[in-house]
Amino acid sequence: MASNTKRSNVLPGFGLTLGFTLAYLGIVVLIPISTIFFKTFTLTWPQFWAAVASPRTIAAYRLSFSASIAGALVNSVFGFIVAWSLVRYEFPGKSLIDVMVDLPFALPTSVAGITLTAIYASNGWIGRYLAPLGIKVAYTPLGVAVALTFVGLPFVVRTIQPVLEDLDQEYEEAAATLGASRLQTFVLVIAPALIPALLTGFALAFARALGEYGSVVFISGNMPMHTEVVPLLIMSKLEQFDYAGATAIAVVMLTVSFLILLGVNVLQRWSSRRLTA
Amino acid sequence: MSIELRNIAKKFGDFVAVDNLNLHIETGELVALLGLSGSGKTTLLRIIAGLETPDTGEVLFHGEDASDVSVRERKVGFVFQHYALFRHMTVFENVAFGLRVIPRRARPAEAAIARRVHELLKLVQLDFLADRYPSQLSGGQRQRVALARTLAVEPKVLLLDEPFGALDAKVRQELRRWLRRLHDEIKITSVFVTHDQEEALELANRIVVMNQGRIEQIGSAEEVYHHPANAFVYNFLGNVNLFHGRIENGRVFLGDTAVELENTHAHAHPETGKAVLYVRPHLLEIVMKPNGKQTFPATVKSINPAGPQVKIELVAEWGDMVQVEIDHERYQALHLEPGANVFLRPKEQKLFVYSI
Repeated sequence: MASNTKRSNVLPGFGLTLGFTLAYLGIVVLIPISTIFFKTFTLTWPQFWAAVASPRTIAAYRLSFSASIAGALVNSVFGFIVAWSLVRYEFPGKSLIDVMVDLPFALPTSVAGITLTAIYASNGWIGRYLAPLGIKVAYTPLGVAVALTFVGLPFVVRTIQPVLEDLDQEYEEAAATLGASRLQTFVLVIAPALIPALLTGFALAFARALGEYGSVVFISGNMPMHTEVVPLLIMSKLEQFDYAGATAIAVVMLTVSFLILLGVNVLQRWSSRRLTA
Repeated sequence: MSIELRNIAKKFGDFVAVDNLNLHIETGELVALLGLSGSGKTTLLRIIAGLETPDTGEVLFHGEDASDVSVRERKVGFVFQHYALFRHMTVFENVAFGLRVIPRRARPAEAAIARRVHELLKLVQLDFLADRYPSQLSGGQRQRVALARTLAVEPKVLLLDEPFGALDAKVRQELRRWLRRLHDEIKITSVFVTHDQEEALELANRIVVMNQGRIEQIGSAEEVYHHPANAFVYNFLGNVNLFHGRIENGRVFLGDTAVELENTHAHAHPETGKAVLYVRPHLLEIVMKPNGKQTFPATVKSINPAGPQVKIELVAEWGDMVQVEIDHERYQALHLEPGANVFLRPKEQKLFVYSI
């Protein structure tokens, strides 16, 4: 038989769908993002450096990334537990809780911000009990992390849930018949199967937190050098008509986020490859 | 280790999975639980393993009540229908799993674990695949890895749930013989669940035929096949023709034809007189001429000469479909064609009560 150089596929339309994908991504993602780079290129190197390496900008980067990572980590742990109880147990009000998980998606983030500020302020419902312990949430970096945790929760729950549902009970039963304790079963059998999904959930929650603006504005207090996140700094640059400065900060943010997400993606792919090879 | 089940019952909601069942399994036996899906056989196996708790009754291992012994302490090897191999572990790690989870003070050294795993992989003839992942193996290989993993913890009892169900016919045959040999070698008390009567007949020392949560018959392959306790067992083990008839004054009527039958255990329904006649396809003889009351007329519908026996489908005079199997010599002597009118003579038959 003659060698078939053109690989044929059962489903036609590869060219069409790929073309559409590229055009769509171009219009929706690449072109808007490229303008950020073009605008930044109007700066000279010293100007660029001054914009992105000023102490105020560095502080904002540090807060944005650390609070986003903290929020995503907290969500990875507690989102996992939420997903676990939703999948594994039957209890009254289960579907209600299931719906509640999605609320952070639907709620306007500014509403979330105001609500969180109200209850975590030192005279708020929760804040008043934390204040005597010396824990201040509203108007501190901790408050920023709380807001970012709030907006990221659904991502972790919703990525783990279907995978956990697909995880057959047989694996746990097999581990038990082989003499494994509950803890050993969890650590050696269940957790490894969920790691790819957990990484995806983490990456999504992290990315969402990085870009979050609405809720943080209210709870952080926006003190430069202290509780100012990068999206906010960009906003204030824009208000001062420093468009190039704003895009310069955005370019750095974008590049670092891209690298982090790429890293998580590679990790995720590596960990899931063995499951599906 | 012997297994004793006493008055075991289990319900799922309204569905009775196991209905007050008693069973004794001797040390070293290879027992088949045979039944249709929903007959409670898998539930029973899971109860023995401790994966399911019976509503009532007790499970005794070696005469001791195991009701309060947890799954991990029962020392019961369980091979799952879909193997349940850990996908993120290599074949080696899968087999080593049971040894690695032993508490640290009792756990064998790493070298001893490796030796034991390779020993087991050699036993199941898969030593060369130690570094592969389960997704890279064929169905038959996965099955054998699952077995090796189970044997690693030296279980006292081996339980297999539909061990060959997901494999194709050829592999199934091979594995069946291989498991038989393995059992002869290691003599571990084994129970397997199957819906395949051929598998049960070929593999097991004793067969437990189950139906609707109850045991219909327990016996060797010879006993259940040739001396079925009731209509269900006869019907379930091998192909049968069912003839609906009546018994009047000790005479059997199939349709309007009165057929004289020898060696029957005629138990018709006491009121209606209805009965069902069961005859295996190879126990019907095709003759060209009627022979008194021992034959009934039928018409040839189709002929399938492929295989060791010629399978012929006929329609009896009263409309029932009839399957007959005859050998090739006889088939050639008869010169059968579809549409030919012939007569059938049962060589042996069993009559059972019509249950409606």
